Amino acid sequence: MLYFLRRRSLTSLLPLLFVLVGVFVLARLTGDPTSLYLPESATAEQRRAFAASHGFDDPVWKQLLHYLQGIPHLDFGTSLRTGQTAASMALRAFPNTLQLAFATMLISVVVAVVLGSWAAYRPNSLADRISSLLSMTAGSVPDFWFAIMGVWIFAVILGVLPTSGTDNGLLSWVLPVVTLCVRPIGVLTQVVRGAMVSALSAPYVRLARSKGATDVRLVTHHALRNAAAPALTVAGDLAVGLINGAVVVETIFGWPGIGKLMIDSILQRDFAVLQACVLLTALSIFVLNILIDLGYALLDARVRETVKA
Amino acid sequence: MTATSLDLDGATRPRGDVALDVENLSVDIRTPFGTVRAVDSVSFTARRGETVALLGESGCGKSLTATSIVGLVDPVVDIADGAIRLDGEDLIGMSPKRRRAAAGPELAIVFQDALTALNPVYTVGTQLAEPFRIHRGLSRKEARAEAIRLMERVGIPEPESRVDSYPHQFSGGMRQRLLIAIAVALSPAVLLADEPTTALDVTVQAQIMKLLRDLREERDMAVVLITHDLALVAEQADRVVVMYAGNVVESGPVDAVFSTPKHPYTKGLLESVPVAAERGADLKSIGGAPPELSAIPSACVYQDRCPLVRDICRTDRPPLREVAEDHAAACHFSEEVSR
Repeated sequence: MLYFLRRRSLTSLLPLLFVLVGVFVLARLTGDPTSLYLPESATAEQRRAFAASHGFDDPVWKQLLHYLQGIPHLDFGTSLRTGQTAASMALRAFPNTLQLAFATMLISVVVAVVLGSWAAYRPNSLADRISSLLSMTAGSVPDFWFAIMGVWIFAVILGVLPTSGTDNGLLSWVLPVVTLCVRPIGVLTQVVRGAMVSALSAPYVRLARSKGATDVRLVTHHALRNAAAPALTVAGDLAVGLINGAVVVETIFGWPGIGKLMIDSILQRDFAVLQACVLLTALSIFVLNILIDLGYALLDARVRETVKA
Repeated sequence: MTATSLDLDGATRPRGDVALDVENLSVDIRTPFGTVRAVDSVSFTARRGETVALLGESGCGKSLTATSIVGLVDPVVDIADGAIRLDGEDLIGMSPKRRRAAAGPELAIVFQDALTALNPVYTVGTQLAEPFRIHRGLSRKEARAEAIRLMERVGIPEPESRVDSYPHQFSGGMRQRLLIAIAVALSPAVLLADEPTTALDVTVQAQIMKLLRDLREERDMAVVLITHDLALVAEQADRVVVMYAGNVVESGPVDAVFSTPKHPYTKGLLESVPVAAERGADLKSIGGAPPELSAIPSACVYQDRCPLVRDICRTDRPPLREVAEDHAAACHFSEEVSR
């Protein structure tokens, strides 16, 4: 187990560094922040002083080296916009995204498992067709469209939900979470259905039936755990997308999460904050992937053996 | 007399009560091209303490007959007609609840491929304990103790430690023992064994068959052995039901059927067994191939491959009629077969 963690950490270090360098360099291709932060009337002297004080006059490789040297001391730079440390801003925004992602995944997985199993229980039945149609539609609808339609109908016309922000308690959660759930529910339901159809027709389910197990037990006990691995893969993928910052949804609903912070930082050329956000999400994706691998091992003894080996 | 190398077990035992009575069972399969009758008016009985073999080649309907009896057929399969009586109670009209209650304590099946039949994500202990949990309402601990006892009974070494192992950690023969253990857990009246040793090598096969026979005696079960293996039938079964193209063509005590077959198909099968004494001679075989399910002749099902075929065989289906005591064949000319 420890060996597994150590190996995973080491193999993840290189991609992490790669991502960081990539973002660092690409961000600087968007231009020099100086012109954005100083008024039109600023003199050339003032511009030079601003650039020098933030190190923007150094060549990119020197800036990068300076940045990388700071990381071991947990120095991730300072925001140009707010003057706060980039790390504190990213860490403040991240819980908002995590909560959103957690609520979304919880609802999506529960709904998808129920719908997918129900559809798989009798393939090609009416229930199966309805659930397939719904999940296919849900999986294909773009979230920005759904978000805008949601705001239009429930906030503008009916006025029952807030348009944006987090100030209205649970009500603020409804539109963002529902919007975020649509695609994962659609995609996951399809995956669960497919995996359950093959699990339910497997010989071990026939054996369980020959022992006198009820249909409910066949589904929940014998088939579901076998169908869980492919569902876990896709759910993990979807969760990564959500942790990455649901950029579009957070922007539309003014949700102060990491996705919105990232977009704002790009627009404002607030490089240090952008880099901190990328680093934080990359780290959490790394953690998430380990959790997914542990999930596989938990589900299936055959995986546990390959991990040990 | 037909010369065979098969070892005939001629010993006759006192016969127990009829546990399974299949009467005129007909089973249809719905296909995109229409409905085909895969099992046609099959009848046989199995008594406690005896082994009845359903013998036939692939696609003859023997496995479908077995899965229809245990109620594990696919959704495209319909039981069209007939009765399946388990200790006198008809299984076909049974409520799903009653049927579930019977599955395990009264009727059980041993599948062919033990690796896929055992659930890969649960320990064998959990799976062995399940019949006790479902039908006897035992606690986890009690059911686990029963599982260990069962493993010991079917000859799995160190059951106390192996009970927490997973199916893939056992050899093929051990897995088959586990399947048998699950099937006999609640001492059912009828045990169906669907080619239980096909996937195993010959020495393991002999051990498994001995285990099945011992358990049959010990628990007074009726065993229905589904197989294509003539030698296995000769060694293990008391009675044999020979199936061809969904129909029973001959049935009776194994020694009678194998020594004096009354249907040309049975005779053809027996003659196709290689005999050591005839080493070097050409192997005999039955010419042609069984008919497609959609093109089974309405008269005699064997007419296209039969050496004795005459006009009547192409117009009238021969009924299964008694040719000797307890020995029946579906042939117009059964008197001419063993001569």
